[in-house]
Formats: sequence, C-alpha cells, structure tokens
Amino acid sequence: MELTAVGKRIPKKDAPAKVTGSAVYIQDLVLPGMLYGKILYSRYPHARIKSIDTSRAEKLPGVRAVLTGATIPPFKFGVYKDNPPLKKDKVCSIRDEVAAVAATDPETAEEALDLITVKYEELPGLFDPIEAMKEGAPLIHEDHVGGKEKKPTNVLNMPWRLITGDVEAAKKEAAFVVQGSYATQWVTHCCLGTSGCIAELDTSNNLTMYSNTQIPYLAQRDFIDALGAFGMKGRRARIVQSVIGGGFGSKLDTYAYEYIAILLAMAVRRPVKIVFTREEEFLATSPRQCTITRISHGCGKDGRLLFREMEMILDNGAYTSWGATTPSVMMLPISSLYKVPNVKYTAKCVYTNNTYSQAMRGYGNPQATFAIESSIEELAEAAGFDPYEFRLINANEPGELTPQKFMITTCGMKECMSEVKKRLGWGGKRREKAGRGFGMASLVHVGGGARVYKSDGCGTIIKVDDYGKVDVFTGSSDIGEGSETIIAQIVAEVLSVPTDDVNVINNDTDVCPWDVGVHASRTTFVAGNSALGAAMKIKEQILEAAGQALSEDPSGLELSRGLIWARHDKEKNIAFGKVLRNIHYMSGGKMLMAEYFYDPPNENFDREFKGNLSVTYAYGAHGVEVEVDKETGRVKIINYVAAHDVGKAINPMLLEGQISGGGVMGLGYALSEKMDFRNGRLMNANYLDYKLLTAKDIPPMQAVIVETDEKDGPFGAKGIGEPGLVPTAPAIANAIYDAVGVRIKDLPITPEKVLAALKAKEKEGGPA
Amino acid sequence: MKQEISFILNGEETKAEVEPHWTLLHLLREVIGLKGTKEGCGYGECGACTVIIDGKAVNSCIFPAVEAEGRRVTTIEGLLSKDGSLHPLQKAFIERGAVQCGFCSPGMIMSACALLAENAQPTEEEIKEGIEGNLCRCTGYVQIIEAIKAASGR
Repeated sequence: MELTAVGKRIPKKDAPAKVTGSAVYIQDLVLPGMLYGKILYSRYPHARIKSIDTSRAEKLPGVRAVLTGATIPPFKFGVYKDNPPLKKDKVCSIRDEVAAVAATDPETAEEALDLITVKYEELPGLFDPIEAMKEGAPLIHEDHVGGKEKKPTNVLNMPWRLITGDVEAAKKEAAFVVQGSYATQWVTHCCLGTSGCIAELDTSNNLTMYSNTQIPYLAQRDFIDALGAFGMKGRRARIVQSVIGGGFGSKLDTYAYEYIAILLAMAVRRPVKIVFTREEEFLATSPRQCTITRISHGCGKDGRLLFREMEMILDNGAYTSWGATTPSVMMLPISSLYKVPNVKYTAKCVYTNNTYSQAMRGYGNPQATFAIESSIEELAEAAGFDPYEFRLINANEPGELTPQKFMITTCGMKECMSEVKKRLGWGGKRREKAGRGFGMASLVHVGGGARVYKSDGCGTIIKVDDYGKVDVFTGSSDIGEGSETIIAQIVAEVLSVPTDDVNVINNDTDVCPWDVGVHASRTTFVAGNSALGAAMKIKEQILEAAGQALSEDPSGLELSRGLIWARHDKEKNIAFGKVLRNIHYMSGGKMLMAEYFYDPPNENFDREFKGNLSVTYAYGAHGVEVEVDKETGRVKIINYVAAHDVGKAINPMLLEGQISGGGVMGLGYALSEKMDFRNGRLMNANYLDYKLLTAKDIPPMQAVIVETDEKDGPFGAKGIGEPGLVPTAPAIANAIYDAVGVRIKDLPITPEKVLAALKAKEKEGGPA
Repeated sequence: MKQEISFILNGEETKAEVEPHWTLLHLLREVIGLKGTKEGCGYGECGACTVIIDGKAVNSCIFPAVEAEGRRVTTIEGLLSKDGSLHPLQKAFIERGAVQCGFCSPGMIMSACALLAENAQPTEEEIKEGIEGNLCRCTGYVQIIEAIKAASGR
C-alpha cells in the first residue's frame, strides 16, 4: 500500500512556534511569585572548606534564602552517589557548588554571591588521569575503594573488560600487526539554550519541576529520592518540560542545580528558577571526557582482521555521572565494527579534579571509533591493501552474530561505503590526487534501542475525539530532533488522517506514560513502535465499530482518508467521524482510547559484557576530500559525504538534518573544539575561544540515506540521532594522511599539530 | 537613574523608562515582555538575540537600551504580517527543515532578514557571511543555508 505520511518530507510540527518566537523555553517561563536562584562555585579545584560566612549576603535587601552544605540535609546524587548538591567539607573541582542564594531578581542574587566569604585550604590537585592512578597520589574521594583488596583509589571501581576469542593466539597467527596511541579531548554540548529549571512545591510538598531534561522519568525518580532525603518522603514529583533548546546528552542526568532549586524552593516556599549563564553552561554541565587509548590490530595475509586489542584510560573528573559508563557503548564498535573474531578491551575511568563527564551524542563511540578507524587504515597500508578494499574484506554483513553477541539483522555498511566512494569521485586507492587526500571511516551504533537500564520501554496513550482529531500522549521527549513529528507521521499513517490532525503531548509526567529517556538514538525506534502499537489498537476499535454499523466483518474493511469501506463494495462506507460519534453516543458508549507499552526485545549485557544490547544496529560510512596547506598546516575540507543505513527514512528531511547536524558536530570535534583545562580551570568558557564552528566553516556536505527496511523497526526504521558524528574525526585524519603523509593521533587536529607533524616528517628524511 | 526613550518597535511608537545599564535585550524580554528574542550567551557571540535596528542586524544583548532612542527596532515578533501570516523566511525555515531545537531560529531569521533586505539575491558565500555571527549546534547550518536560498528565490 502506498504510504501517505511516512517517508514524506513533512515539516516539523513545532517549527511554526519556533520561527515566530512563541515557543516557550525555560528561559521564557515566569511563574507568579517566582524567585531567582544563583550558585556560588568553588575558587579552587581541590581544597578543604574551612568556613563559609553568609551573614552579609543574608542582609542584602531582596535576598530570601542563602544555603550552604552545612545548612542542607545530607544527600548525594550521581552514579556512585558521590556528589552532594552543596559541598560541605571539601571541593573536588572548580565547578563545585559551595553556596546558593534565592532573591527577588537575578541581579540581586548575583550580588549576594559576592558577599559570601569562603575560606579554603588548598589541596594538591590531580588533573591528569595517569597521575591520579599512581601509587601514593592524593585521594579525591577518601572513602572510595577499589580492586580486590578494596584499597582507597582514584580508579573507579568499575572494571571494564571485554574478552572474545583468544587475542594472544591471534597475535601469533597474524601476518601484519600495527599498534598506536590515540588521544581525544574534552568537548561539550554547546546547546544554544542553556540549562535551567523552576522548582515549585505545593502546600503538601509535592514538587513540580519545570525542566529541560532529556530523562523526565528518571529525573522524577531522582527527585522523589531527594524529596525523601529532604524530609518529604512519599511526596510526588511531576516533571513538566518546556521547549528544550538542545540536548545532545547534556541533560541525561540530574545536576546539582536542580537539587539546589528544590532546596531553595523549600526554604522560601515560592517557586525558584535557576537558569545558567553561558559561562556556567560551559563550566557546570558535564561534557564528553578525554581519553587515552592504546590499540593494536592484526590481520592475516588475506587482509582479514584477526584481533583487536584496546586499552583505554578515561578522565572521569571529580564525580560520577554517565560518563563513567561510556565504556559500555565503546565496546560496540570495539567488538563489532568490522568482523573481528578476537577482541580484548579494558578501560579504566579515573577520578581527577577536573569537571566530571557525562553523556554526549555517541556516548563513547566517537572516541573508540577514532582509534579503530585510524588504526585500520595503518593496518591496511602495512598489509598492502587499498583502504577501501581492506574495509570491504572485513565489512559487517546481515545475519552476523558478532563476538559480543550482537545479532546483526539488516546491515547497509557496504552500501554506505559504496555511496561514499562514488559520491566523492574516489577510486578507493591511496594518493589518487596530487595535493589532495581522500579518507573514509565507518561506524556501527545501536539502532533499535539500547537496554542500558532495566527497561528500554516507552508508553503511548492515544485518544481520538468526535471530530477525528487525534491526541497522542507519549513518554518520549523531543529535544529538537523532531520525534514529535515522527510519532505524528506514524500515527497518521496507521489511522489515515492528515499529520496536522495528530497532536503530540510529550512533556508532562503527570499526563504521559513512562519512557526511559531520549538517548541512545532510540526514540524513533522505541517510541515509534510504541505509537505504532497504540495506533493499531485504535484502528482495530474503529474497524470493529464500523463493521457493526455496516454489518460487515471488520477484517474486510479498509480505512483510508477519513472513510471506512468494505473491500468488496466501496459503496458500503461510513465516515471516520461518524464511527467515532457512534461509539461515543451509543447507549453505554465510550471514548476511543488505547494504550500501548513497547519494550524492545533487546538484552542487558551479561557479566562478561555480552548480549544483544539493541534489536538492530545502525551502520554508516563517511568520506572526505581534503587539501592541506603545507605552509600553515590548515586543513580545508573540499567535499564531505555521510551515508547512513537508517532502515527506512520516516521523514527524509528531518533525517538529513540529523546527519548534517551530526556531521558538523563531528567536524568541530575533529578540527577545532576543545575545552581548555589548565590545572582544573576552564580557560575558554565562551563560544569564541571554544571555537564552535560557524556557517562560514561548513564544507559542501552530502547526506546520503541508505534504506535496508529493518523488520522490527516502525515502518522499517532504525535510530539515527547519534551516528552522524561518530566517524567524522577518523575520516578526516585518514584524508590528511592520504594528502600529506602525516597521521595526527590526538584531537582536535589543529593546524599547529599538522605543521609540527610535517616538520617532524621532513626532519626524518625527505620532503613530505 | 531611569531615562525615558521613545522608539519604533515592530512598527509601533513605543515609550519606555530604561536604566542606563540595561541592554536592549533586557528591555525587550524582561520589561516589554517580548520573549521571542533569545539570550544564548549574553556577550555578543552567538547571535540568538539578533534584532534589526534601522535595517542592520544587531546583537541586542550588547546594545544599550538607551541607544534605541529614535530608532526603528524589529524583533522576530515583528516579522508576522498584521493578518498573522508568516514572513517568507519563516515559511522557508519551516519547509526546509532549518529548525531543530529552535533556540537560534529567531536570531538566525533576523540576520537572514537583514541580509536579504540589503542583498535580495545573495550567493551561498554571502549567505554564510550574513549568518556567520549566528551559531547553531543542531543543524550544521546546511538546511538553514538552503532555507535562506529558497526564501531569496535563488
């Protein structure tokens, strides 16, 4: 049957509100009687707090409450419950919250912060994970223990270790082996809308949190726990999301500022709003961590990969959030990008006095893929294969069960590679074009949810009114990617109504059913399947009622464009709206409603970190042509092609937006972006010095959609939110090598690094 | 000490009492209540607060409110026609997928609007220059550039 809504370039449902300035972000929301909260951060990255004097701040007119670690109930949050909202005895990073103020306006609150005196005793800081791992290094959390002997340590007690096959035996068998060290930098999400919330308690101490979280239901759980700790056990927490000004993983965990807002609201009995300044957004949200990787790769004479061995050290920073668990997702490309039977991966996350790390688009995959795809290229050269051919020999295929027990259902990896080669005008060989370089890199990511939590589910409720208008209540959140529109298209397709007639409600935990959160590229797949299930139930009820009205068996009826008709006789028909009113107004009538909870049939990892994490996997390949200025080291992108296996494009326009948006985020990661921490202090907490790319930096980019029709996806779709940035950096590094023969192994690839490498190469002998 | 200023805001004579340290953004958002203009950084780097003053795109977060005296200021709210119909740029942004999280959209559209008023048929390079001061983290600018091209009829 021809599709009418799915597969169409339908504009985003929320775009009209956004282009007219009427969309309400957290910045725009004002509640009656609302006060403004501000946070005082630490002066030192590592210090004991000797005393805090808030008396002068308390006397400032307009100040309604001042809180410190000493005046709030004991409570800690984070993956290891190591992070109090306000620090009492010790600060462990420059973003540590030491005091907070609520006042009648933001300026007064800010002024009050200046009146708070904190006396510190500075402690030696640890800013390099390798230093922090050394015997005798100062301890960041004195009570944290690890290892078999349960000794105090800065290494997180979370031993990441994946073994498949026998790497040592494979090393002996390998005809060619390469090894290398790679490093990646701290980068941050740079959402244009900064973080913020408003906490409001009713007279019974039930909390309403106006928030821009990506995880309303997990945040709800966190806040219920916090209410309990704050003496309000058994109270409700409701999360109401305003329009979200970007996410990219930054809002995948709850933050100190949210707990502080609750504590301030408790203290003043009025709603309290905290919205970050841009500087705070850089400083006090949790970024993608830097990594140090050692990788070794080997293949046989036939070019087939025999083993991959990787050791990784991750700078976790001062407290634990989801950054500490990114090795779980790194395992996906490490075990299953290309066919590689023997894999050994170990990773250590290390406490330091830097900022602490969180989720960011790709969740560890970009760091791992940078090392893998750079090293693959070195191995191809060592073994005497063209880079394209080498990838083809080892490419993943449908029906494969990878060593980590991922079941590869559909797999468009080879098609993506072929598209990239063709559209770049590249023959797939080395040094094809004088003065230019070609490079490519592939990716694998979860595409059918990811069971990283006990449930990977999403609920949907649909109700249809007397006029054929549809309300869809989904647990999933829209952070700008357009899931609201995708869900509307899926429901519109099933019920054969215009997408405009489908209204999606996705921002209120009191109204919508549960969802684990907008992460892991899961929303189209999981929330889409959930909406599909609910819509099918609605359709069934409609056909049932229409069957009664037409005296026909429902199985012989068709629903299309507002009409239900008998397949054998089109003249026997009834209007959609009439059926709805019949159901409603008949004796003992009912409203047309359905609910459906979809939890994908994927698996949590077992104790060996094996198991089918996702129902399906998304593949892709990026290719790039570059020109390198040997005088300045500047890399110019001549052409960029990003091809992605998406299963089925529910909305090609929104999909292309995900690919090009991801691609440009990847370009920044590859070439310019870096949080410049010096001794724990962030030196570039602004856009200009952080070097976020502007429109002028954008090369010609082609987003290519490869459809593989995933049988378990809604209308065949896979997830695509994250993959766009995963292979960008290695594709560029490979192209630079192809152009000038130097390989940059630490990101970002700045002109200085390229120039230094060119000079070093020249010294070694012969011109580059 | 507050000072009274009068200026044309979205085509209408407007009077306001402003403090000398207020930015135009503060006046628009917090005093007049026009929330369509966004604050993305507060120091003139991201362009989310772009408004048009006497035909030029300006970062309202670093423009003193008192300087609006006697000028013609257009915000995103001023782009709608009297009958509520959308500006061609707004339509193009919707139809070309140029909006994701949308936080940069009002400022981006205002910069594009000032560009097209000065140069009705900009080249791709000129479009990129015209919106260089407007940061977007979601779209990678590709569909934004296409939308501006479409609105210019090129």
